[in-house]
Amino acid sequence: MNAEPPDPAWIDRTLVCARPQVVGALLRYFRDLERAEEAFQEACLRALGHWPRQGPPRDPVAWLIMVGRNVTLDHVRRQARQQPLPDEALLSELDDAETPLADRLDNADYRDDVLRLLFICCHPDLPATQQIALALRIVCGLSVNQIARAFLVSDSAMEQRITRAKGRIGAGDAPFETPGAVERAERLESVAAMLYLLFNEGYSASGEQVRDRAPLCDEAIRLTRLLLRLFPAEPEIMGLLSLMLLQHARQKARFDADGSIILLEAQDRGLWNRTMISEGRALIDKAVRHRRRGPYQFQAAIAALHASAASPAETDWPQIDLLYRGLEQIQPSPVVTLNRAVALSKVAGPAAALDLIDPLADRLDGYFHYHGVRGAFLTQLDRRGEARIAFDRAIARARTPAEAAQIRQYLDQLASP
Amino acid sequence: MLYAILCYDNEDVVGSWTKQEDDAVIAKLSVVTDRLAHAGRLGPVFRLLPTTAATTVRKGKEALVLDGPFAETKEQLLGVYLVDCEGLEEAVEAAQELARASSTNGCYELRPLSLFMPGAVAGP
Repeated sequence: MNAEPPDPAWIDRTLVCARPQVVGALLRYFRDLERAEEAFQEACLRALGHWPRQGPPRDPVAWLIMVGRNVTLDHVRRQARQQPLPDEALLSELDDAETPLADRLDNADYRDDVLRLLFICCHPDLPATQQIALALRIVCGLSVNQIARAFLVSDSAMEQRITRAKGRIGAGDAPFETPGAVERAERLESVAAMLYLLFNEGYSASGEQVRDRAPLCDEAIRLTRLLLRLFPAEPEIMGLLSLMLLQHARQKARFDADGSIILLEAQDRGLWNRTMISEGRALIDKAVRHRRRGPYQFQAAIAALHASAASPAETDWPQIDLLYRGLEQIQPSPVVTLNRAVALSKVAGPAAALDLIDPLADRLDGYFHYHGVRGAFLTQLDRRGEARIAFDRAIARARTPAEAAQIRQYLDQLASP
Repeated sequence: MLYAILCYDNEDVVGSWTKQEDDAVIAKLSVVTDRLAHAGRLGPVFRLLPTTAATTVRKGKEALVLDGPFAETKEQLLGVYLVDCEGLEEAVEAAQELARASSTNGCYELRPLSLFMPGAVAGP
């Protein structure tokens, strides 16, 4: 025990950071999500009472699991016997009990606990937005109000959504057995996909939504970092964390004063977060050594090349083109090909790029970026009439005012001689 | 005598600080480090990226490269090298060369830096 009482902000942060491990362990113990969450709340209340007086415990996670479990068991017994037990006596024994418990709870337990907690949020019956909302509530501990603001719905609507989602995941088929290697890999993949969705909910925000939704990127990064700490040898998790960090590093440079999107080429690279870029690059370096390719690693490697260029002109487009080809091979998709076309236009010119994307017209007709990119290639080829048509189509398919504004800039440039 | 002062803390908690909170902590610490620097007593100061960015090279006949930080408790921290590397590949090479050159057991933990201030001291 430290002599110095911890400051309230430290306690707050510690409780937030401990949440996934503690709720995960309590869920394994009680096999009931509601009860696990309540037990965590109880443990937090005790922590707020005890830690300022007695100093923080050596292992806050073990302390919270222990207290959450004991307090809840006590409630259950009380309800059964209608006979109260003294809480203080229970808690005074904790200091002795803490050390052996911490020793027993090694990484292997935490690892499957946290993975299980994240995995139950990925229930296939739940639409993606509900998976994310559930993860934010259960795993991150965000308030219903915070989540509702991020998803632009009322508190009561979000409350209902979360309650319904919790009902859907039910207790019946929650996977409590320790997973085998194959199952663990499958769970990791679902969880990674959900975390990337969560990240993108934050990353895709623009204008006034940025303030409420950018924190979702931080939460996604925090959970992915935790996941990687528990599964340190998974190259795709390294790739995912690297990708998130490299994209989020540009946050401050991505919007102008009006909240409009600033494209990569026009961003002030001095505003990019160098620490996040260093970490992202270090992670993709680690992942590549495994020689087990995967989509997140390819995307992270591409993002790392952009982040490493001191100016747009210094971007290593031939290498980016190669990486997109690799990504196309393992995950063929018209959107990936569209992205490769942008790299190809820098390497081989707009005509070659246009040839590459013209066959995608049917599949990508409803896609804003397809028409935007096509318009840009046509502009470069000085086919202005066709460019204008492509840009008009893009505006008609814009999902946000910021996207439409971006295309209007191109149209203005077309209009000027 | 030169002393190395090693910082330990919960990286989840420290990593969740906002830029403002982090700056406030650094500002408080700078009062101390500035005073040491003015007296010519401060050597290099650096901050490490999180342990998720760490790689460990275990010494042996074939130096083994493992993901993650050094996690044994039966060995102790004995020293630190600071090497300028193009990327992890070069860092691993340097560690493997060191491993070959030393006949003992043990590990090298490779941690990329997020911040480096060279400082200046006279030596022990």
